[in-house]
Amino acid sequence: MPDTVKALGAPTERREGPDKVTGTARYAAEYRPDGCAYAWPVPAGIARGKVTAVDDTAALSVPGVIKVLSHLNAPRLAEPDDATLAVLQDERVPHRGWYVALVVADTLEAAREGAGAVRIDYAEEDHDVTLRTDHPDAYVPEDKDGTSGEHVRGDAEAAFESAPVHVDVEYHVPPLHNHPMEPHAATAQWQDGQLTVHDSSQGATTVRDVLAALFDLPADRVTVVSEHVGGGFGSKGTPRPHVVLAAMAAHVTGRPVKLALPRRQLPAVVGHRSPTVHRLRLAAQDDATLLSVIHEVTGYTSRIKEFVETGAAATRVMYPSPHARTTHRVVPLDVPSPSWMRAPGEAPGMYALESAMDELAVELGVDPVHLRLRNDTDTEPDSAKPFSSRHLAECLEEGARRFGWAERDARPRSRVHGSVLVGSGVAAATYPVNASPSQAVAHAFPDGSYVVRVNATDIGTGARTVLAQVAADALGVPVERVRTEIGSSDLPAAPLAGGSSGTASWGWAVHEACARLAERLTRSGGKELPPEGISARADTAGTADADSDYARHAFGAHFAEVGVDTVTGEVRVRRLLGVYAAGRILNARTARSQFVGGIVMGLGMALTEGSTMDPAFGDFTESDLAGYHVPAHADVPVIEAHWIDEEDPHLNPMGSKGIGEIGIVGTAAAIGNAVYHATGVRLRELPLTPDRVLTALDAGA
Amino acid sequence: MGTDVFHSEVPMTVNGSGHSPVVDHRSTLLDVLREQMDLTGAKKGCDHGQCGACTVLVDGRRVNSCLVLAVSLEGCAITTVEGLRDADGEGLHPLQRAFIERDAFQCGYCTPGQLCSAVGALAEAEAGHPSHVTGPDTAADAPVRLTKEEIRERLSGNLCRCGAYPHIVEAVEDVTRAEPVGQDRSGQDADGTHGTQDEVDA
Repeated sequence: MPDTVKALGAPTERREGPDKVTGTARYAAEYRPDGCAYAWPVPAGIARGKVTAVDDTAALSVPGVIKVLSHLNAPRLAEPDDATLAVLQDERVPHRGWYVALVVADTLEAAREGAGAVRIDYAEEDHDVTLRTDHPDAYVPEDKDGTSGEHVRGDAEAAFESAPVHVDVEYHVPPLHNHPMEPHAATAQWQDGQLTVHDSSQGATTVRDVLAALFDLPADRVTVVSEHVGGGFGSKGTPRPHVVLAAMAAHVTGRPVKLALPRRQLPAVVGHRSPTVHRLRLAAQDDATLLSVIHEVTGYTSRIKEFVETGAAATRVMYPSPHARTTHRVVPLDVPSPSWMRAPGEAPGMYALESAMDELAVELGVDPVHLRLRNDTDTEPDSAKPFSSRHLAECLEEGARRFGWAERDARPRSRVHGSVLVGSGVAAATYPVNASPSQAVAHAFPDGSYVVRVNATDIGTGARTVLAQVAADALGVPVERVRTEIGSSDLPAAPLAGGSSGTASWGWAVHEACARLAERLTRSGGKELPPEGISARADTAGTADADSDYARHAFGAHFAEVGVDTVTGEVRVRRLLGVYAAGRILNARTARSQFVGGIVMGLGMALTEGSTMDPAFGDFTESDLAGYHVPAHADVPVIEAHWIDEEDPHLNPMGSKGIGEIGIVGTAAAIGNAVYHATGVRLRELPLTPDRVLTALDAGA
Repeated sequence: MGTDVFHSEVPMTVNGSGHSPVVDHRSTLLDVLREQMDLTGAKKGCDHGQCGACTVLVDGRRVNSCLVLAVSLEGCAITTVEGLRDADGEGLHPLQRAFIERDAFQCGYCTPGQLCSAVGALAEAEAGHPSHVTGPDTAADAPVRLTKEEIRERLSGNLCRCGAYPHIVEAVEDVTRAEPVGQDRSGQDADGTHGTQDEVDA
């Protein structure tokens, strides 16, 4: 890499910024092909059963309604790997909100009115949507990738019993909804057997492949464009039902069709974070070294698809102990299919583990930062592999210094400001280093400009910008000379923006393509390029996904200060600070935004966000943004995000780890631990809403 | 589409130009802007007035355009994010520039609403409208100093799931420290600013 050019790491402004602040950046529902019709889905009104009749008479009599689709008349699709995409294929209703019909009309208003006029008759069956840890159907899922199932070291139970100091606690995390600001949407159009879809997706290559399979087309007959995406947080990581419905409706009507899901329908069809119950048993010696760690997580999955919220995965990474057992269990219920939500597994799992660690520190009478430093390690406890880099201790120490941890009075309830109790808390964070194979093409033009092409998706991370930085350094040219083309499945195939792996995966291929291009340019010895320029291509299959001898994870530490109002029960966060060791930071400006954004979502998880599965109706009672409270401006204080310089030669060529998710991991625990420090009362169920806080204060008083 | 018992022609000014869309009486301003006028800057996040992504200015005041029926807006001046300009009417509005400089967005979907809401909030503060956190000893009708706390309170109707709030507040703060702020093209006086300096309030 030429050392004269240093695009990587610079706080380059995001390239799509001007488009986004002027409203010219177009999202999936903002294309209006000629003759475009509008679709509106009809969700099932029962929690389990069968559709017995569909009466579309009234709907079809609404002026402007073109078509009513249901399983009775919808085109047959090839069977998908993901059962949630088998929309309108049979009469089965696996959960409330499952789509049972779709209305297509000339206008949005007519489609909506038509959807309200469709009459569905059902044969209802008894349903069970209630998660219980003693549910008879609970099972230990197969451990396909090391993050699930059950792992055992030593004799965890016996060691726990014999240890001098223990905690045995249960933590509860409710269902959580991704709720990206842009609801899932697609605009689909068929022309001469070619399907073009603008989709709100985190990865258009997969959407293309799935649509091609469902509609039995060669992949080159399908183009999926995701130029700008209004957030996803996991919920757009794979195709969702809306894109299948839009393509289907466009096929049936012969017109372009736009389908933007109503906000209230999202929780039932786009995935959510399964609720989890965590039983944590931690045992330590008197010198604060861990002897045994037992983390048992129970969550649910739907009847049609297994999804495991792998809450104990991070526990296998964090702290060494001679004895450990980490166990996942899932219960299939008549609930909407849960799926990825930012840091799936790590976010709830580290909330539980890091809260229990705080409890252990109290039992031991040691500082919670000290407890974590005391149990630091160079070797991943579960795999016994060495960490490629682990600077958790540095994050904790740097965070403690910046936060002013040394001045903290360790006694709970030691800061009383009138009716407000003030406290502070700490928690560690971790997230795995992921990367997937990607292709990319780099092209040099005779005028000295370059373009890199890769089907990356910018869900808000600034992918265009950081990939130009990667390319500029690999080519040894100023970043202004490099254009990036992303966001279409017609570009070189690439994996999704998810798992904190997008930049690593795409950047790896971009780096290789640019390195090859630079080599060709050097070989040509300054000879003038042909008018069309020259290209180099890269495919990182076999490289990006190669096994490593190292355990590769990012680490971090979160510090929180809260005020707890003893009259109202309201918890307000006064300060939040995160320090991260995530390899090389490739763009200081956009990286900071990702870290801060993750922390804000963690604040929501701690204090405001919670959904409830209603046992009688099988429905989420908090479905929209009035009921499900994502943090608002007034909830969010000044947030500091810092990182330490981390050199790790065992990563991708840029030396980066992922940064999109670690910000949420540990934030909720830091806030919960601060609430304990403020009040002397331990709350073990999220979110920490005023009703719970007041009840706990009353019980503890 | 012609006028009939379900449709009316509604003369209005949008970003400084006269328009007379024929609107379905059920259509919200948001849907008319997005689906009929190809002004997709205003976003549909919830369609229920819960998220603020659809915020535009109507006669200089911010509204959730998903809660306003277009048919009710005869003669009104509407400014969307596409109509924000600097004081010369040429370049980006200072808030737009500040949002870029502060990286006050990620996915960008709430951004037009945040911007329009901030333009409205600055005007309201300049006109002396108190907010829930304005101190009781603040002089009536005098411009309200926009501290971080004031900005947070006044923009709390605009949700951002990417969590760009701290940067949005910094961007708005930057603009409160500089004059002139800029204009919208509605012909209304919505370009509120005030001369308060450098309130630092974490």
